[in-house]
Parts: sequence; structure tokens; C-alpha cells
Amino acid sequence: MDWTIWLEWFLKGLILCLLLLTGFAYLTLYERRALARIQIRVGPNRAGPQGLLQPIADAIKLIFKEELTPAKVYRFVFILAPVLTVVPSLIIAAVIPLGTSFMLFGREITLYVANLNVGVLYLMSIASIAVYGIVLAGWSSNNKYAMLGGIRSSAQMISYEISLGLCFAIAILLGNSMNLNDLVEAQRNIWFVVVQPAGALVFMFVVLAEVNRAPFDMPEAEQELTAGYHAEYSGMKFALFFMAEYQKMIVVSMIGATLFFGGYREPWFMTGWLNGLFSVDRFWFLGPAYLFIKVILLLFFMIWIRATWPRIRYDRLMALGWKILLPLTLVIAFITATGILLQQELNNPLFYWSIPILSIICLLAAVAFIYRDLRRKSHGRF
Amino acid sequence: MTSDLIVFLVLSLVAISAALGMLFSRNAVYSALFLVLNFVTVAVFYLLLGAPFIAMTQVTVYAGAIMVLFLFVIMLLGAENLPPSDALPWQKPLAVLLSAILAVEAIYLLFMNARTNMAIAAPEASVNTMENLREMAMTLFNQFLLPFEVTSILLLVAMVGAIVLTKQEKGGRS
Repeated sequence: MDWTIWLEWFLKGLILCLLLLTGFAYLTLYERRALARIQIRVGPNRAGPQGLLQPIADAIKLIFKEELTPAKVYRFVFILAPVLTVVPSLIIAAVIPLGTSFMLFGREITLYVANLNVGVLYLMSIASIAVYGIVLAGWSSNNKYAMLGGIRSSAQMISYEISLGLCFAIAILLGNSMNLNDLVEAQRNIWFVVVQPAGALVFMFVVLAEVNRAPFDMPEAEQELTAGYHAEYSGMKFALFFMAEYQKMIVVSMIGATLFFGGYREPWFMTGWLNGLFSVDRFWFLGPAYLFIKVILLLFFMIWIRATWPRIRYDRLMALGWKILLPLTLVIAFITATGILLQQELNNPLFYWSIPILSIICLLAAVAFIYRDLRRKSHGRF
Repeated sequence: MTSDLIVFLVLSLVAISAALGMLFSRNAVYSALFLVLNFVTVAVFYLLLGAPFIAMTQVTVYAGAIMVLFLFVIMLLGAENLPPSDALPWQKPLAVLLSAILAVEAIYLLFMNARTNMAIAAPEASVNTMENLREMAMTLFNQFLLPFEVTSILLLVAMVGAIVLTKQEKGGRS
């Protein structure tokens, strides 16, 4: 335990934080440009080439904005809430492996901050802590709209956390480990998204609700709650909430990529190409690059959904969480566990490959159920 | 070993302060937050003892789920600020009496060394290592399967009870 280990940990943590902060800044630009493209606009393109300096301009504007603290807020909690929102979104990334390892000055530098035995549980616990910032922001603002936003977010995040946990359980079952490095290694031969496509899709929807993104952005629904939990925040405190939301987007994309899309590994069919030229085993720097590409694609999925789907009604959000997604994820987890067990016991790969087929059938049944329910409600009520 | 001791002392200071803050805070939301701090500190204790699984579960279940629901209810009811006077006047002497009895019993058992030799069936030492997940699952689902299942039934009964209490019957009042 000499000081170089401490230095290595410190530097890795610092670099990870800086990566996430830069990622947040450029994600805002990416989102605005992508949204604009989908809506046949141009988007911000004035500051710098292709608008590349826009995030810096935004940051300068936010720093110099006047910061108001309303008169009757609970001051301590009011200041604490933005911090409590940002910190989990930063530290949750600590267990996500960004790549394998490389040699520097004669010592092996691994591309993760912490190799935790209970990595998936760590993700789960930090995700469950993240709700506090939003709830406390809503409460301490002493504003009915903010309060409603906070209450909505706590109800929503708790409801969807159960499905999220079951999606984690699916990945754990498939990878036979809770360590994220092991999970990535287990996807060397095939990505889990192929074995369990329904699980990956449900995971992406559940995390949309967990990070309060459209179409599940009920805590800050403009038409109903003005701005929801951050209605009373301005200046840098607002910027912290903004930052947390976008960092959470990046982090859940990283988690999704790690659990279902092979993490930092190349696509499984590319391992043998050109004598392993595309393999992470040969060139360590390909690992972060592959992860980066996957994160960009998953982020585009989120932005795409925001651009095309309307916000869903609050009671339907809860009904979707409890009546559709929870039973669906339970059934999918059961199918996964049974398939793996039967394959191990009877040594027949047929059972393993019945997992994706049965899961997709369950997913289609759930979609059909939603469709029927929506039709019946619209005819019955109006 | 000394660094462990220092960490332990500092953590226990934080834990005890948080518990006291929880008790003496006049605002229910601050009480809840102190309790969250206490739970997280206890989770760090588990990490110190080399039980990361229990630590993470502690944070997820207690700090992440149960206390959020507490906060939710406190906020929905608008019950943050307690009234200055005691609602139940007989509560305080009764509480003092009961806690005094508990303290006497605990001290008696501690100093008499009563029954310390009768060890509870402890799981193997391998459970208490960093590589403990598999071991723990094996212990939980083999050695302690029946208590585990009974606990889950207990939770299910509590859930059913809550639903029955809050369900409005058709045609009934309200």
C-alpha cells in the first residue's frame, strides 16, 4: 500500500469525473443538434465551428446568472439538494469498467476505478439514493408545484426501481456474477442483448423513468408543474440539476452497454476478423472507443424517444410500471433462470435459445395488452 | 489495525450523533434525513467488517427504499413540524420506565456473562470475506431456507394487510 496506489486511484477518479463533466457539456450540444435535425431545424451552430463551443458559452452564462434564494425555503436542505443530486450521478460510474488495462511506467493501469465484487448491487444502491436530491429539492422550495414534482419523482423512481432490479438480475443470471468486469468477460462469445432482447429493451425504458427523461419526465412536466422540483432554483444550483440529469443519462447508457451490449468488448463476431485486429485483447485503447460508440448510440436512442413520443399521463405511468413492467420483468427473469438451469442440467443448448424466443413472446403479449387497454379506455371513458 | 480503529471511532461518532439528531430534531423531515445518515454509516460499518453485500443491501433497502417512503408520507401529510406540546402526556414516564428496565436487563446479562458460552449456529467463516456472495447464497438457501421463506411470507402478509386497510369497498362509505 504505497503512495503510488493512492495516486493512481486519485487520478483515475479525477479523470472519470472530468470525463463525465465534459460528457455532460457535449451531451447538451449533441441533444440539441439531434433534436433539431429530427425537427428539420439547424440547432445551435453559431458558437465555434458547428456550434462546438456552445457548451462553454452556456456554462459562462449560467455562472454569471443571478442566484435567487426564495424567502421561506428550508435553507440548509435547499442548498444540500442539488449536491445530493449530482454526487450519486458521479460516483455511480466508479464500478463501470472502461476497458482492460495497459502498461505505464512499468505498472499495470486498469481501466476502472473500483473492481467491486458486488458491483451491480452498488449500482442499485446508488441509484436508489439518487432520489433524495429531487425529493428534498421539491420539499425545501416551499412551493406547491415543486413539492408535487418531488412527490411524483419519489413515487415514480421507487416504482420503476423494482423492474430495474429485476433487469439487473437477468444480467446477473446470464453472466453468473455480480462483478461488472466478469459480466463484460462473460459477453465475450455473445452479447446478452441477443440472449435476452426483451430484458435489454425493458431496461432501456425503465432507466428512462429512473433518470426522469421524456416520455417519463413527470417531475418537471412544464404544462402541469411549471418546472416541477427545480422551479425555485436558478443560476448554478439549477445548473447542478441540469448536470445531474445529463450525467445520469451518460451513466445509465454506460450501464446498459455494460450489462447487455458487451461493455468495452468488440462485437462478438468481430473478434476473429483480420487476425484479431479489432479485438480489445490486442489493443487496449479499442476498449474505451467501443464503449464510447455504444454510449453514443444508446444516448441517441434516448434523444430519439424524446423527440418523437409525447409525455404519458401520470396514472398511466404508474399503471405501466406496476401492472405491465413488473409482471413482465418477473416473467422474463423466471424464463431466463429456468432456461439456464435446464441447459446446465440437461446439457442441451436448445433450452438456452428458448430464452430469447419466449421472452419476445412475453414482450409482445405485454405490448398487445397495453394496446387493448388504451383502446378500451379511450372508448369507455369519453 | 490502528487505521481501522480510527475509522471505527469516527464512524461511531457520526452514527451516534446522527441517531441523537434524529431523536431531538423538531422537524420530521430532518429526523428522517438523520436516520438516512445513520443507515449509511451502519452500511460503512458493514464494509469495514468485510461484508459488502450486507452493506449494499442496507443502503438499497433502508436508505434507498424505506426512508424514501417515510419522506413521501411525511411530505404528503404535511407533518413536518411537530406541535410544541406533547400529544400523549403519559408517554414520557412510560418510555423512561421501559427503557430503564431494558437497560437493567442488558447490564445484568452483560456483567453476569450469562449464556455467552451458548453459541448460536454460526455460518462458516467464509461468509465473512470479500468473496462472499456465492457462499452467502449457499448458506441462505440451504442452511437457512425455512427462516428465509417464512420472512418472505411475513412481508407478504404485511403487504396484503396494507392493501386491505386502504382499499375502498364498493358501495361503502367514503
